[in-house]
Amino acid sequence: MTFRTHTLGWLTAAAASLLLSASLLSVPVSAQEGAHEQPTPARQSWTFAGPFGKFDRAQLQRGFQVYKEVCSNCHSLSIPFRTLAQPGGPEYSEAQIKALAASYKVKDGPNEAGEMFERAGRPSDNFPWAFANEQAAAAALGKSPPEMNLLAKARKYERGFPLFLIDPFIQYQELGPDYIYALLNGYSKADDPNYNDYYPGHKIAMGAPLSDGVVTYTDGSPQTLQQYAKDVASFLYWAAEPSMEARKKMGFRVMVFLIIFAGLLYFTKKKVWADVHGDAVTTH
Amino acid sequence: MSGPSTYVPKSALGRWFESRLPIGGLIHSSFVVYPTPKNLNYFWAFGGILSLMLVAQIITGVVLAMHYTPEATMAFSSVENIMRNVNYGWLLRYLHANGASMFFFAVYVHIFRGMFYGSYKAPREVLWILGVIIFLLMMATAFMGYVLPWGQMSFWGATVITNLFSALPGIGEPIVTWLWGGYSVDNPTLNRFFALHYLLPFMIVGVVILHVWALHVTGQNNPAGVEVKSVERDTVPFTPYATIKDAFAMVVFLILYSWFVFYVPNYLGDADNYIVANPLVTPAHIVPEWYFLPFYAILRSIPSKLGGVIAMFGSIAILAFLPWLDTSKIRSGRFRPLFQIFFFGFVIAAMGLGYLGSKPPEGAYVIAGRLLSVYYFAYFLVILPLLGLFETPRTLPATIADDVLAKGGSAILAGAAQAPSTKG
Repeated sequence: MTFRTHTLGWLTAAAASLLLSASLLSVPVSAQEGAHEQPTPARQSWTFAGPFGKFDRAQLQRGFQVYKEVCSNCHSLSIPFRTLAQPGGPEYSEAQIKALAASYKVKDGPNEAGEMFERAGRPSDNFPWAFANEQAAAAALGKSPPEMNLLAKARKYERGFPLFLIDPFIQYQELGPDYIYALLNGYSKADDPNYNDYYPGHKIAMGAPLSDGVVTYTDGSPQTLQQYAKDVASFLYWAAEPSMEARKKMGFRVMVFLIIFAGLLYFTKKKVWADVHGDAVTTH
Repeated sequence: MSGPSTYVPKSALGRWFESRLPIGGLIHSSFVVYPTPKNLNYFWAFGGILSLMLVAQIITGVVLAMHYTPEATMAFSSVENIMRNVNYGWLLRYLHANGASMFFFAVYVHIFRGMFYGSYKAPREVLWILGVIIFLLMMATAFMGYVLPWGQMSFWGATVITNLFSALPGIGEPIVTWLWGGYSVDNPTLNRFFALHYLLPFMIVGVVILHVWALHVTGQNNPAGVEVKSVERDTVPFTPYATIKDAFAMVVFLILYSWFVFYVPNYLGDADNYIVANPLVTPAHIVPEWYFLPFYAILRSIPSKLGGVIAMFGSIAILAFLPWLDTSKIRSGRFRPLFQIFFFGFVIAAMGLGYLGSKPPEGAYVIAGRLLSVYYFAYFLVILPLLGLFETPRTLPATIADDVLAKGGSAILAGAAQAPSTKG
């Protein structure tokens, strides 16, 4: 009997400590959100989300236009011109990319005389940056702007418990584009161009880069801040993950193969094992 | 496995070779006729799954190493080059990065399985300790591998973890300088981490061979935890029974793996690691990979740095003493009603610590971390030693065959009724 009460004591102690820790766990989540003071970016609907997601070519081309006309004045994007012609991206024609690359001046060298020289860009060149180096950019802008080729994968926001546990099942990978979209739309104080709702600490070095009408679209899409933000966020996600379409396409084939293979193995296993239990009974 | 093999190859060439190097007999006795308990459940498939993951990591890793540059100014861009320009480079890298997570997921299931079914108890203590060594080597390998992309979290993770050694009194600072190859994490650190990241997996292979050897000497434990009494009644040959069952489990595991690789390849990674390492900018939260989080939480639960380091390494080292800390004569948790409660409490505590490890060490998180750390250690040092003395276990089945019969009941009888007609 003393054993019983002893073990019962253990049990209640264990249960109590678990309950206590569980209640402690649930408190700080909300408290912490209050401390950060950044609203959670809203989830946007992206054409590239989900297992069959694909980029919208026209959207990527518009997003590239926004990058070229606005972002590229400060941000670098070290990807080669040719990638804009690759399948699964904006899919410009080879001729368009040649012309685009040629419109840039690229530093090359040294030549046979030992001197650096400038030449017209080629599709294999990376997009040149407006600044010679990070120090030059920091001197001109106050702070060197982040490299853009991975920006959409290098930004996220806290999903919190329990949403972060659901994300892999619903295949939510677009935290970066959602954050970028929210940030570009997050300049809420007209009197403070460096105040942003979504930026950690709210003080962002970049003043509102986009506003209605700053980029002229030729395909009739609305020339609004929201549309620009969405287009450029899509473009940046493609720039960060240019093989996404190939990856999801292969993923579907792999899944179909593995599921059929697993099914066949399951029934083979059942057949192989069928006599095992039977033998056990007969020998018993 | 134990004793000389009775295997005789069918071909003359095979017999000629076998009398000179009996490798065929080794394979035959280890993976064909090797007796496996009849009542193994799918938790026993994780050993095979882990072997598969080890091979997958080595193959993808060797190919990645052909394209990677272990130099501080080029490492990050060489990884991007793999992602963007190497044919199927994105696939190799995502397989390797997510493969590490899958490897740890499988090893945790494997360890918890051993802990629940008492697989560490006599005569399997050496087998268990070899497993703990493999786990330690895996952690070292994964940690160094995470440094190689030279992103922000690589750099700062390496800085935080190597700095732990500075807590050692007197010799701490010189050890850290020696580990770094300089006065901060820099190119020499990256170089040696790359060399070790390439070396350690092959050391893991070596210990895995010992682990499997020890397993094949003692035989597998099983869900009933009673030893094999009659090879004929209690076991089935490895091939085809275990082979086909493990193959099925492996393919199901590959479905999970593929889900992460193809659909959410960056879910388990940290976004900050897509920013190139910068010694001048510290990330807001330095967080290790998910599989280290419970140990990271224990580290931060102790107010003193040295104490935290001791607790963290102790939380892993204590696993090696498990065979002697658990005083119960009963192996399987299935027959230990009280043990089950404390065991599942331990699983919840470990996962709770994992969650806390990802949170900033402040306020209620710290208190919860301390409570769960206390439970983690109490499980090994107080609960298991005492439980064996006070607990009244349920009745064990006499043999494995009895266990199989008792479990299946009607389904097995139905199968038996059909058997005579199909066999003719």
